[in-house]
Parts: sequence; structure tokens; C-alpha cells
Amino acid sequence: MATIEIHDLKFNYPDGHPALLGVSLTVKPGERVALVGPNGAGKSTLMLHLNGILQGQGQLRVCGWSLDNGHLGQVRAAVGLVFQDPDDQLFSPTVYEDVAFGPLHMGLPVAEVRQRVDRALRAVGMSEYAGRVSHHLSVGEKKRIAIATVLSMDAQLLVLDEPTAGLDPRARRGIINLLRELPQTVLASTHDLLFVRELFPRMVIMDKGRIVADGATAALLADQALLEAHGLELPR
Amino acid sequence: MHINLADQHHRGSSLIHRLDPRTKLIGTLLFIVAATVLPPGAWLPYGLLFAASLVVAQRTGLGTGFALRRSFVALPFALAAITLPFTVPGEGLARLGPLTISAEGLVRFASILIKSWVSVQMAILMTYTTAFPELLWGLRALRLPPTLVAIISFMYRYLFVLADEALRLTRARAARSGAGADRRRTGGGVVWRGKVAGGMVGNLTLRAFERSERIHDAMVARGYQGEMRMLDTPHLHDADRSALVGWVTFLAMTLLIGFVF
Repeated sequence: MATIEIHDLKFNYPDGHPALLGVSLTVKPGERVALVGPNGAGKSTLMLHLNGILQGQGQLRVCGWSLDNGHLGQVRAAVGLVFQDPDDQLFSPTVYEDVAFGPLHMGLPVAEVRQRVDRALRAVGMSEYAGRVSHHLSVGEKKRIAIATVLSMDAQLLVLDEPTAGLDPRARRGIINLLRELPQTVLASTHDLLFVRELFPRMVIMDKGRIVADGATAALLADQALLEAHGLELPR
Repeated sequence: MHINLADQHHRGSSLIHRLDPRTKLIGTLLFIVAATVLPPGAWLPYGLLFAASLVVAQRTGLGTGFALRRSFVALPFALAAITLPFTVPGEGLARLGPLTISAEGLVRFASILIKSWVSVQMAILMTYTTAFPELLWGLRALRLPPTLVAIISFMYRYLFVLADEALRLTRARAARSGAGADRRRTGGGVVWRGKVAGGMVGNLTLRAFERSERIHDAMVARGYQGEMRMLDTPHLHDADRSALVGWVTFLAMTLLIGFVF
């Protein structure tokens, strides 16, 4: 059973502006897939569909659940969506409460919530930050904690919106090492093609609401004409 | 680049710091209620309340002058009662043009001044010895409506983020407000400045609005269904109980003195 099964997904923004023009994508369990493409290509819109925050037309199954209203709870527990700006993701007074938010709102007993928070913070190496106020942390630290907020939900699928954006080289390296160790299926949007080359065997290129290429990262990155046609550039 | 909005909380390990936030919230609230219901001109009870605030301040390890100095910020608000000496009927003390200052009015005004002053001191001591997240937790535990606590919590969290954005906007304006070759003063006149400031406020409002939608998405993505939940509430310690009992006894005696004598 595939982790993500999308068939011919279409979505228009409320103002009528089309964002997705028939997207089909299948991701198998354990795969790491990078989603690249210019700004406005529809990457974030696609990601917001994966746990039903946006609902377009088309067939969509995530972690075995269809995304109708009866299963949204299960889907949201299974999909860990990490937003690009950690200040959006971390909205609680303290780091601990933020990591506890997901499991708490899944209705788990408090003892289990506490266990999961400890485990998630340990997994991202941020155990000492539990009592801290998010505002005073660096972007890199916030990004790690943002990932912990979905690890605590025991998500099977991590959906990351530009995980390396705005990070200094050391924090970027830290995130790469962290993601390398995580066993979950990962779908990440990014403009950082070196990051893609290092961590993602498979790459999907989106442009103007469509998937224009889907294949092995090495092959796609070697195709200069393809990259150029969609405004992508691999630093050399 | 963060704006330096001073966090009120001062770390410490004094008895007052270690008290449960619920104890401190209730204690402060009772203190303020007691100060409020005392009759005007009850100077001895006022003195007792003031002495209590000094003792608490000394026990926090912040020093007796600490809250005293900071509490003066509240005095301008007490000026709302400035009309009392002129409007309360009573024995005339002095005339100020067409107005008469009455002794009763003056006593009431002084009482309000003192009451608000000691109340503010106690509130300051509470906020300086309790971290904000703990204060929020205390409010939740005391069964304040969750939505209200959530609003305060978001305000606290995003005040900093919004202030940072405002700081960036003003810096961007400053960076582009150069002087012309003829060395006229930078920027435009008052109207121009007003327009720019108005635009920035509008800009900030829009950003805040958009951010609130993204935050809501982030909450929904993690299972939020319209109800804020919280972790468990531990029982009050013995130290908290005895502190509260002692505090209530003291306040009750003060009130007794105020009303009986």
C-alpha cells in the first residue's frame, strides 16, 4: 500500500486562480521524495492537501486513509506537516507545550503524551530546551523543534515545507543529519538542490500547477535543459 | 535581530518564586480585593497592606525598593480620581477659583491613590516572580475560560514576532529616508510621515492576519478541533496551602481592623 496516492488532483484558489491542474503522484513507504520548482508552482498547495487543510477535486489517499471528513483525524495523526516559518508552527508559550500539542489533541492520556514529548525532543537533540520560550531560539533550533512537534504525533509521513530555508550552514547540516536518521517517509519541498542531491533519491519537479518531471534525482539533475526550462539551477 | 521587549520575569529561587502560580494568582487577587473594599481613610489597614507588600518584596530577594520604584507607573491612572476632592460634598478646606476642595473628597482621593499603589506593587511582584507560561498555566488551572487563556497566550507569543516585523519596517523606512542633494531634511512633512506610518500599520495588520491563518492551519494539522486541551494539573503543595491560609488570615484581620475600628 502506497503512503501517498494522488490521482488527477485539481485545485483553484477561492479567487478562481488555478493552483493545481491535475497532479498525480505515488509515494511508497520509506521513500524520500524532494519536491522542487519555482515559487508559485503549487508545491505548498499540494502539501496542504496531504492532511486535508485544502480540499480539491481528485482522488487522494494518504497512509491508507481517504481524505473525507470521517477520517481527517486519523490522517492528521499520520501526516506530520511542518510549515516553512517555524514561528507559525511553534505557537505555544513553551517548547514543551508545543511538542505536546499534537498528541494532546489526538486525545492520548497525559502519561503517554509526556513520554512522546520526551522521546521527540530527544530525537531532535533538544531535550534541554523543553522549558524554553520559542521566541528566544535561533531559526535552526526552532526548525528542529518544529520537526519534534510532529514526531511526537508518531507521524508515518513527514511533509516538510522548505526545511533548509533561512538556515546558516551549520544549522542546515544539522537538519540534514537529523533527517537522514529519521525512518519516516519524507516529502520535502525545497529550492536547495544540493540538499536534494544529498538526501533524496527521488525528485519531483513542479511548474505552473503540474508535475513536469518525476524520477531519479541523479538523472534529473544531470538534465541541464530540463532544469533550465523550469528555472532551476544546481550550484557547481 | 530581535526587539528587546523586556520579559518581566526575574529568575530566582526564593520561597515566593517557588510557590505554585495558582497560589500567587489567588493571593494577589485577594490582596487587591481586600485593598479595594477597605473603606476610605482606613490608614492603619493601608499601612498593614503596605507593610505586607514590603515583606513579600523582601522575601522574593528582589529587594524592598524593587516594586516600589516600578509601581509609580500606575500613578497617572489614579489621576482619574482627581475630580473627587472637588466634587464630594463636605467641609471646605480651600478654594481654587470657583472650586472648593473638601476634606472628605481629599481623603477619598488619597485612599484611592494608596489602594491602587499597593495593589500595583503586589501585581508587579507576582509578574516578576512568575514566568509568563507558568502564569498562563495557573490561569488555565483556575478554570479561566480556555479561549480567553489561549488569546492571552497567543498575544504573548506573537507580540515579539509582530514587534520584530515592525522593527524591520521602521528600519526599511529609515534606510530609504536619505537627504537630497540640496540637504533638505530627510523624509517629508508631518502628513507624509503620517501616511507612511499609516501604511506600515496597515501592512502589519495584513501580515498579522495572514499569519493567523497559517497558525490556524498549523494547529489544525496537529489535530486541533476547536477546543484547547491542557496537560494535567498537579495538586497544591503543603507550602502553598499554608502560604494561602496565612495570607487569607492576614487579609481578613486587616479588613476587620478597617471596618471595626
